[in-house]
Amino acid sequence: MRTGRNLTALAAVGLLALTGCGDGGTATGGSGPGGIKPPRIDKLAALGAGEGQVNVVAWAGYVEDGSTDPKVDWVTDFEKQTGCQVNVKVAGTSDEMVTLMKTGEYDVVSASGDASLRLIYGGDVAPVNTDLISNYKDVFDGLKLKQWNSVDGVAYGVPHGRGANLLMYRTDVVKPAPTSWGAVFDANSPYKGKITAYDSPIYLADAALYLMKHQPELGIKNPYALDDKQFAAAVDLLKKQNEQIGEYWSDYTKEVQAFKAGNSVLGTTWQVIANLATADKAPVEAILPEEGATGWSDTWMVSAKAKHPNCAYRWMDHIISPKANAAVAEWFGEAPSNKLSCAETADKNHCATYHAEDESYFEKVWYWNTPVQQCLDGRTDVKCKDYAAWTQAWTTIKG
Amino acid sequence: MATSTLDRPAGGTTALRGPVRRLSAWLHRHAGVRLAALLTAPLFWLVIAYLGSLAVLFVSALWTVNGFTGEVVRQPTLDNFRTIVTDEVYRTVALRSVGVAAGVTVIDTLIALPMAFYMAKVAKPRHRRWLVVAILTPLWASYLVKAYAWRVLLANGGPVDWLFGGPGSGPGYGLGATVLVLAYLWLPYMILPIYAGLERLPDSLLEASADLGARAGRTFRAVVLPVVVPSVIAGSIFTFSLSLGDYITVQIVGGKTQLIGNLVYVNIGAANNLPFAAALATIPVLIMVVYLVAVRRSGALEEL
Repeated sequence: MRTGRNLTALAAVGLLALTGCGDGGTATGGSGPGGIKPPRIDKLAALGAGEGQVNVVAWAGYVEDGSTDPKVDWVTDFEKQTGCQVNVKVAGTSDEMVTLMKTGEYDVVSASGDASLRLIYGGDVAPVNTDLISNYKDVFDGLKLKQWNSVDGVAYGVPHGRGANLLMYRTDVVKPAPTSWGAVFDANSPYKGKITAYDSPIYLADAALYLMKHQPELGIKNPYALDDKQFAAAVDLLKKQNEQIGEYWSDYTKEVQAFKAGNSVLGTTWQVIANLATADKAPVEAILPEEGATGWSDTWMVSAKAKHPNCAYRWMDHIISPKANAAVAEWFGEAPSNKLSCAETADKNHCATYHAEDESYFEKVWYWNTPVQQCLDGRTDVKCKDYAAWTQAWTTIKG
Repeated sequence: MATSTLDRPAGGTTALRGPVRRLSAWLHRHAGVRLAALLTAPLFWLVIAYLGSLAVLFVSALWTVNGFTGEVVRQPTLDNFRTIVTDEVYRTVALRSVGVAAGVTVIDTLIALPMAFYMAKVAKPRHRRWLVVAILTPLWASYLVKAYAWRVLLANGGPVDWLFGGPGSGPGYGLGATVLVLAYLWLPYMILPIYAGLERLPDSLLEASADLGARAGRTFRAVVLPVVVPSVIAGSIFTFSLSLGDYITVQIVGGKTQLIGNLVYVNIGAANNLPFAAALATIPVLIMVVYLVAVRRSGALEEL
């Protein structure tokens, strides 16, 4: 079993060396993870005339032209004003987005942090000339030039919105109210069989975040940069947790229903799920535990092979404009990225509910990032586990 | 060409007029071409669409993926299979999947036998058509709707819990729920072959058996069973293979259970590791090959 995994790791290392990411793997120069550089791609120098259309890869709910719900439409006006017809392809997962962008048929993508680095280092997206995006100046500083949307201080996209992965519990069952992630990692939990967790390899980061605070001797500095020992500790923690789990959730309707019925009483959630469950009169509460949490932040990125770059830039500018950004944030259930959006939301409490302006809240949030072999926390003396290793481990954890 | 046909002295010239007739005459004389024309389309389908996709599956199972850029590396290696064989979790999941498929098949057989027997032999002939329609009705509804309906039925305090006597007494979500829902979903695929088999069994045989003094049990063993076994095997191929490849039901009602289908799905969806998913997908292919060979050995396929 061990040899098998070592062989896989070895093969992966060998392949990485063979393909020589960027300019010679771990050579000095870039300040990206482990010092590697993304391929050199020039950003758009000046905005020209629109090409008449733009091909978009997006999460469901990000590009609404009124066909889902006539009241939800921030595309039609854009098309009228710019003459750029918007063709949208909805992707179900981050990996689907990466695959679609590799075809070169799409101009822009709403990538989450677990996909963006792969797109940047794969040479699939180009740096973004933020001077050409008039709304960029109003984006919250906490979202600009971060590890998942920039390399070497070069912006690779426009921040779209963000949210934290919270801890939700049934107030009528879980007493006393939890304040720590320890509630879902307790080996003797009284709620055995009714605990739920997010069904994705990226959930390993939640365990790492917990260990970062409760087992400091492991020396975890970033839950997305785990060496062999730290990784093994996180996997062990999740294997023990598996005995307490009733089910893992990946689509939010499933979790809303499980919390309503009481099949799940404790586990990870998103704010939008807590809202839906409360609207259905389920007695639930969602908190940001004392350890902080993992979270996500999406970035609009432009393809390196974009056939319609001018319309793509106009789209990126439009989607983070106060009105459109507010509309998406409310429809999707997230914190908007534009400071001025909060004044444009229909529900005036929206920004407060999602802590949009609360930088101290989001300082406790570790946004999803792509785990790569070059440790994201800057260590160069060890190799970190990459996303493929995370995926295989996740299979083992579920058993 | 045209004149040469018309100039031919013997054999009704009027019948050979027109390009279609000429073509058919030409084909009549060239048996090999005739056969080729008849078989090209199905062979094309079989080779390209069916065997071709299987071949692509096996070949890509030998590739790997660059973990960083997600590009497929087309260099043959057995790494994927080595991981599957050496890592315990894949063996466990494969065995669990076979167990679920076998369990579903057994449950469906036990339910389908009396139902099909009633439909074919007991019910009045004019009712039979309606009974078949009733069996087929669930197939008109979407698979997903039915699976989600079962999620509600099996929920804490739901109808199934109530049957077992109060909230939390039912099976809840998990392996048992998966077998139950799959057995429900594939039941028509077991009933229909058995019904078709029993319908071909003449009533006179049953009467003859009774006239010769056999009791119900003896009649069932000596007359009904030999006819019904091939039908059951035909049905089992459906229920077994459909259960083996399923990943949606287990996602909806399986709780934390994972089957081969789920592993294939996450390796394509979450990990973008198509080669490893292809390697995993060879497991059910091998299992089905073993199953079909075993079935063939029993001689059941010839009786179909």
